[in-house]
Amino acid sequence: MAAGHRLTITSIDPDPRGRALVAAIAQLGLPAPDPDDVVVADLVFVDGPLSRDDLAALHDFLVDPLLQRGTWTTPEAPGVEITYLAGVTDGSAAALMHAAAQLGVPVKIAATGRRVELGRAIDPATADDIVRRVVANPIIERWAFGPIEPDLTPGGRSDGTATVVPVRELSRTELEQVGVDRALALDPDELLVVQRHFVDEGRDPTDVELETIAQTWSEHCSHKTFRATLVTDTGDERPPLLTVLRRCTDTIAAPFVRSAFVGNAGIVSYRSGTTIALKAETHNHPSAVEPFGGANTGVGGVIRDVLGAAHRPIAITDVLCFGPPDIPLADVPDGALHPLRIREGVIDGVADYGNKIGLPTVAGAVLYDPAFTTNPLVFAGCIGVADDRPAPSGPHPGDRVVVLGGRTGRDGIRGATFSSATMDATTGSVAGASVQIGDPVTEKLLIDVLVGAEDLYTAITDCGAGGLSSAVGEMADGVGADVELDLVPLKYAGLEPWEIWLSEAQERMVVAVDPSRLGELRERCRAHGVELADLGTFTGDRRLVVRSHGDVVLDLDTGFLHDGRPPRRMTAKLPAPDRTVGVGRTVDDPRSVLLALLAHRNIASKATTIHRYDHEILGATAVRPLVGVRSDAPADGVVLADPGGHDGLAIGIGVNPWYGLHDPWAMAYTVVDEAIRNIVAVGADPDRVSLLDNFSWGDPRRPSTLGDLVAAVDGCCTAAIDHGAPFVSGKDSLNNEYTGADGERHAVPPTLVITAVGHVPDADVCVTPELAAAGNLLFLLGATKPEFAGSHLDLVLGAPAKLGSVPRPDPLAPVRYRNLHRAIHAGLVRSCHDVSEGGLAVALAEMCIGGRLGADVTALPHADIATALFSESASRLVVEVAPADVDQFREVMAEPVLHLGHVTADGNLSIAGVEAIHVDELVAAFDRVGMSA
Amino acid sequence: MIRVKAIVISGPGTNRDGDAALALRLAGADPSIVSATQLVEHPDLLHDARLAVVAGGFSYGDALGAGRMLALDLTVGLGDALREFVAAGHPLIGICNGFQVLTRTGLLPGALGHNAQGRFECRWVELDPQPGSRCVWTMGLDEAVHCPIAHGEGRYVHPDVDALAADGQVALRYRGSNPNGSMADIAGVCDASGMVLGLMPHPENHVVARQHPHHRRGGGGSVHLGLRVFENGVDYARAA
Repeated sequence: MAAGHRLTITSIDPDPRGRALVAAIAQLGLPAPDPDDVVVADLVFVDGPLSRDDLAALHDFLVDPLLQRGTWTTPEAPGVEITYLAGVTDGSAAALMHAAAQLGVPVKIAATGRRVELGRAIDPATADDIVRRVVANPIIERWAFGPIEPDLTPGGRSDGTATVVPVRELSRTELEQVGVDRALALDPDELLVVQRHFVDEGRDPTDVELETIAQTWSEHCSHKTFRATLVTDTGDERPPLLTVLRRCTDTIAAPFVRSAFVGNAGIVSYRSGTTIALKAETHNHPSAVEPFGGANTGVGGVIRDVLGAAHRPIAITDVLCFGPPDIPLADVPDGALHPLRIREGVIDGVADYGNKIGLPTVAGAVLYDPAFTTNPLVFAGCIGVADDRPAPSGPHPGDRVVVLGGRTGRDGIRGATFSSATMDATTGSVAGASVQIGDPVTEKLLIDVLVGAEDLYTAITDCGAGGLSSAVGEMADGVGADVELDLVPLKYAGLEPWEIWLSEAQERMVVAVDPSRLGELRERCRAHGVELADLGTFTGDRRLVVRSHGDVVLDLDTGFLHDGRPPRRMTAKLPAPDRTVGVGRTVDDPRSVLLALLAHRNIASKATTIHRYDHEILGATAVRPLVGVRSDAPADGVVLADPGGHDGLAIGIGVNPWYGLHDPWAMAYTVVDEAIRNIVAVGADPDRVSLLDNFSWGDPRRPSTLGDLVAAVDGCCTAAIDHGAPFVSGKDSLNNEYTGADGERHAVPPTLVITAVGHVPDADVCVTPELAAAGNLLFLLGATKPEFAGSHLDLVLGAPAKLGSVPRPDPLAPVRYRNLHRAIHAGLVRSCHDVSEGGLAVALAEMCIGGRLGADVTALPHADIATALFSESASRLVVEVAPADVDQFREVMAEPVLHLGHVTADGNLSIAGVEAIHVDELVAAFDRVGMSA
Repeated sequence: MIRVKAIVISGPGTNRDGDAALALRLAGADPSIVSATQLVEHPDLLHDARLAVVAGGFSYGDALGAGRMLALDLTVGLGDALREFVAAGHPLIGICNGFQVLTRTGLLPGALGHNAQGRFECRWVELDPQPGSRCVWTMGLDEAVHCPIAHGEGRYVHPDVDALAADGQVALRYRGSNPNGSMADIAGVCDASGMVLGLMPHPENHVVARQHPHHRRGGGGSVHLGLRVFENGVDYARAA
């Protein structure tokens, strides 16, 4: 951009962004500047024939005199200036163009940026380090010490033609090299099938065709591992994992399931006239290299999944796994970002998308483990509702192929293949093109257009991984489509045809529209300010044809594209976990151990994170993620209920990678149990629960890793059948591994996130964990055994050589949950809390914190105090019952329940054999890490 | 009773328009949600209304500063229509982003900067209606209003808050802790006529008792409903 005008805008009062920056620098252990020396400024660049009056009008528009100062003079103080890389969407610049037009100011080009002054006490080398590590991200931004010129030329020229890639004559080795050069992430066998196909066709493929096949056949899009035939190391053949999960849902045959494992989301109906869509996704690799954008678009993507199931999104969930925030900078492997930076970016990214699109982010978890340092995990879920209506029936031959929403740019190229590969030190630099930036406002407008327009389309899907190639490709399966790339609205010129076809630019949906309804949809889009492009026709000839500049650049049989991939056969080495019963632990000082557990990052308050999410919008959050008299105690499940409605939906999460390290089968079983327990505890009906599974795993080509996955799928299914709670949708993210500079591979621990969504028959009788009143009795439901492998006690005290078993399934749990539900529904339960990480002691402490009351615990569930207080045996809950209701409660529960003690007014948690702890001390421990988490 | 015609004004990215419309319905109004663009195309939509809300959200994604772009639509686009609407005696309320918009249009005094803690904050707050205020939306309210905040730029700034209070233009103050560093704990201000209220918190998210976080323990209760603010506005519009 030619030298035009630049406006530098600074805050009159100390800018909170400056202080946040200093804090972030200090947290990383870098030399922190004096907060008073730090200046953060916004930069606006404009060019055009601008008069003095024009500049004054822009200044008056952009600078609020009560808050800010603006100058058209370039500052002389040393500072770093940051702008987006060419091609990265600059939403503020687009807004500025819009505003200038309204103001009648002839701005021809606009860009925005930031300026940071760190003060003269910071030497240039340190400043460079600070910028790289804290301030800017080279994946999407560029910077200069001193005045910067924004780069407005996205680069790349294309004449709109495809390149033919000769493959028919290549040897196996040469073929593999083509795969590597183009980052196709296809197996040698798959490449050979592609080669054979084009030999049969009598021609070579275009680059558009090769890239389309690679995306469609990627692990991310086709779930090769979950569809593979498996052979165990003992030679037994097993059905594919996806088949196992589907059979499990078929076996349960729950009457409320409408659609499971088909389309964009699972669909259930708990109440006549209404259906609910559920979906959870991962966005792990993108979040590792660009935490804000990765998490941001992860949320945007899962919302579009629900929209793509023709449901109106109503809530978001997120489960986040990070490395330890206090790891020294020097210990962070090459190419990886520090966990603090990742955490800050990811949480900001989730908050930014959810808050701006106007959906409450209600349920979730934040987990820390060193294994997540190079492989952070970001799970995002979305729930939607709709009036009960038949699923869209198309696409039908003759329907138009219509894309709605954002424009297409070079963002997110090859995301599906990127996320299907493992990472190493160079991932950050090569992945640049895979990173996408979210635009929640555009997606909000898409929701506004599509909700209520269900009669205007015959099929709908979102543009996610693989972009148009995947969205149009999947819709055209069995029908065929003929589309013209010249009609795709672009952010800028110069894109190759394959880039347009594969771009994962966000906030786009593809719909099939009967030509007679196109005008109405077009008018609806116009009214909402959403762009619509009619790209072509669903043909009926079962061929996918793509044209650019008059040439056919892709012509594939949809049968080959979707079913031509050679089935995989994979070897799984099943785990042989230690299931020794009765291996206990020794705890000398239970009091300090309890306080240490409460202060452990995984258990401590997540209030700082939760308050960054709007969990109030739409007015339907009846039970919030934080509960209790001070709204600072953790809830088990959250409940959504329309302000005017009677019933509601409960959402609960189960996740425990530490059990997964020792016994993936039992881990899966217990996290299903935990997710269900969390929502039953708050008032959900255990006979109306649906489940989502999300697996984040290492490289499944390692037989032991695949064996862990097989065991986990089996554990899931056994638990689901035992509880009568079907899986309706799921997603696997494999290859969450990082190859270090030493050549060592670091995989994530087996991490399965279960989301349970259940029906709450009466949203007015929900129960939460805070203690209600002194004098009430406390009961423990469920059996307590020494089951310590993977426990948080081991994380706090260190694990002994002999671990013993992780918590094992309790066959009585399904009946227990049904009885507890009856007790809750009958109003017999004053408070109720699930026992999980940290065991009974932590559960009691959290109940005390919630009610700011004490508990006098005189009976313990086990003779050994370590087991009684800190074992994490599954399927247990603590329940508070008023004295008058005790007989009836015992009768309803119909199993022995342990009378632990009673609630006290003095605020002391007194446990037999343990020195009493006042609730204020419990709060102090619980909040200690929470202040920064 | 006659339902008061009301409009909820939205822009691209406004997201509490539906919540505001529900509050208006429960308060006895007949609301419709209208985008600023539609309003510019059909000015009669404003002429027919007796009460207006500029709803919360992130209009234009907060690009170039919260509320700035939508304020342009409501001034350059709409001309003096909104000012005339107020001058004709029709109450107007701007909530959260709507408050930011109305300060940028000059309909309300002061400005809203980044929260002192430097981040978006969502939590429940208690608001004290100021007895000396001339605001028609809060007049006669003698119990605290309980409702959530959800904003990143809600720090109220004004060159002379004492004069503002003396003039009866401070309508609501945060009780207890100040969640964003606002001067003098100010949560809501009105214009000199008392017809226009701007506030950062969301009374539209406390319109039924169950929405209160302490409802299950007997907390909240009808006197603390945010709905009272809307009822006041609707009653005033009906009587006017």
